[in-house]
Amino acid sequence: MSLVHSLSHLVETDRSSLSHGVDWALTTLRDRALDDQISSIVVKGERVLDLGCGKGDLLARLKKEHRIHESGIEIEGIAVSEAIARGLSVTHGDLEDSLTSMGDRSWDLIILNQVITVIRDPVAILQESLRAGRRVAVTFPNFAGFRTRSQLALRGRLPVTTSLPYQWYDTSNIRLVTVKDFRALCDQMEIKILKEAFVGRTKGGGFRPISAWPNLRASSAMFMISK
Amino acid sequence: MTHKQASPTLHPDRTGNTVPIPAGDTGGSVGKVELQIVTFDGSDHVLHLEGGGSLSPLTVAYETYGKLSASRDNAILVCHALSGDAHAAGYYGHSTDEKPGWWDILIGPGKPLDTDRYFVICPNFLGSCYGTTGPTSIDTGTGQPYGLSFPFFTIRDMVEVQRWLIDHLGIKTLTAVIGGSMGGMQALQWAISYPERVRGVIPIATTSRMSAQGIALNEVGRQAILSDPKWLEGRYPKGDPPGRGLAIARMIGHITYLSEESMHQKFARRYANGNGRSFSFSKDFQVESYLHHQGDKFVRRFDANTYLYISRAMDYFDLETDHGSLEAAFSQCLSSFLVLSFTSDWLFPAHQSAEIVRVLRKLDKEVSYCNIESDQGHDAFLLPGHRMGDLVSGFLERLKEGGAP
Repeated sequence: MSLVHSLSHLVETDRSSLSHGVDWALTTLRDRALDDQISSIVVKGERVLDLGCGKGDLLARLKKEHRIHESGIEIEGIAVSEAIARGLSVTHGDLEDSLTSMGDRSWDLIILNQVITVIRDPVAILQESLRAGRRVAVTFPNFAGFRTRSQLALRGRLPVTTSLPYQWYDTSNIRLVTVKDFRALCDQMEIKILKEAFVGRTKGGGFRPISAWPNLRASSAMFMISK
Repeated sequence: MTHKQASPTLHPDRTGNTVPIPAGDTGGSVGKVELQIVTFDGSDHVLHLEGGGSLSPLTVAYETYGKLSASRDNAILVCHALSGDAHAAGYYGHSTDEKPGWWDILIGPGKPLDTDRYFVICPNFLGSCYGTTGPTSIDTGTGQPYGLSFPFFTIRDMVEVQRWLIDHLGIKTLTAVIGGSMGGMQALQWAISYPERVRGVIPIATTSRMSAQGIALNEVGRQAILSDPKWLEGRYPKGDPPGRGLAIARMIGHITYLSEESMHQKFARRYANGNGRSFSFSKDFQVESYLHHQGDKFVRRFDANTYLYISRAMDYFDLETDHGSLEAAFSQCLSSFLVLSFTSDWLFPAHQSAEIVRVLRKLDKEVSYCNIESDQGHDAFLLPGHRMGDLVSGFLERLKEGGAP
């Protein structure tokens, strides 16, 4: 009786330490990893729409550096408040719904920063973004990076890395994609790839640009595409 | 046109003593304020109402806070809701226990509508009973109060009169128009009626068209008044109004301003005076006492006929029907928009704001939107405890940087 009691107590304690829902703070580092690369493709004064802009860190930077005409869409209310309070133009809502109501080519650049793996229909989002925007910048964690490969191959565990910082049961990433898979999709959808950029992890925990063997070495990738 | 500073029902501080002014949550108070009155008459100031009929002369009561800049480009117009008035901030200085104006959380030095930077104007709207011409005003033709002979008016008519005031103050372009609930309707109407005269529009907890549910609730309120034997076809004497009916209308109103959660937090099932069940129909529960108190308080300060007219103006607000579609309604707008709703508001639910945002997005208008987390119901826009103020500040800051087209 007392053993059962103490065991159930242990189980309770263990459960309470598990996270509930997605802890977005875990991805802060990853979400900023390609900001330099995104900034490098932005032209001064452009109309830029950031889909899933969070609290607007990237938009604020682009506005400062390139005086863009910024806009964002975000589903998390607290992040939306942060973004508007810091003087950014952001609307609270669902990406897919918001995007369909926008006119053709109404944006010079649409940014999908680390969002295509968390949404139900990535193909539809890409198509809609390519319709509403002249160019689209897509970033995603590369599942074929050697860190993820080795965790799966050698340890037999699902990878948990800075780019994919979740356990299987609390991840927001309902899709997994690699550099090669994304190129294949672009080919299949007749999407033009205008630019590619990659980053890998440094020993110090930061990110650095990578050019050779991206599918093996990159932890995150950016593609600038158009129709 | 006559112009004077006056306070018809309000008395200046007779004692000459300084009234202590409590500070708000953040930022300071605008301090002592005065109601101002302007009367428009003459052939260039005849108001032809949307529903027919005309009004002239026409008096507008308003308050201002802060200083109008030399270039007259720092004005913000605040629009009040159904039972509101021009007293949005500060104190009249009557008594030490005086409550500040109804939006004192938002207006003052260092507050979101920062009176160190902006010139804030709050007029009492057309048809109200707080100084601007309405059903309780004297019809100069008959020497009697208008009562039910007052013409029906709409949100568009209210905005027209506000525009007269803005012209009178020598202001060409407003930095922003802001309002919650029915005030939000006026803000939307401003963006449509005078696109080139408004840089930013902040409609809060509102809708582009009154819903069936909203009309239904208004109708029950009106029927309470109309079926009060003291209503007398609107010709009740000033000292003996249809108080029961008006109180019931207000009680219904107060239910719609709260949420299930906020009612639970405020009252739960607590009994009034700590007593239990009385097995009678007296006010056993605290929630009952609260509603009766609100009803009685309202009767002392509001007019029944005025309530009928204003609630009707709200019912008739429908931008879609006015313009054929919501797209057509907003198509000529030049302003930036900040649309705000509250998660627990069931009188003007968030989806009504989201619909406005969807259309503005479609039309490529500048728009920000947040459905603010709050369990305070529709009343949230009048209360502290959420981020509305920060969002308003951020939006105004962006306008200042010239983010607007």
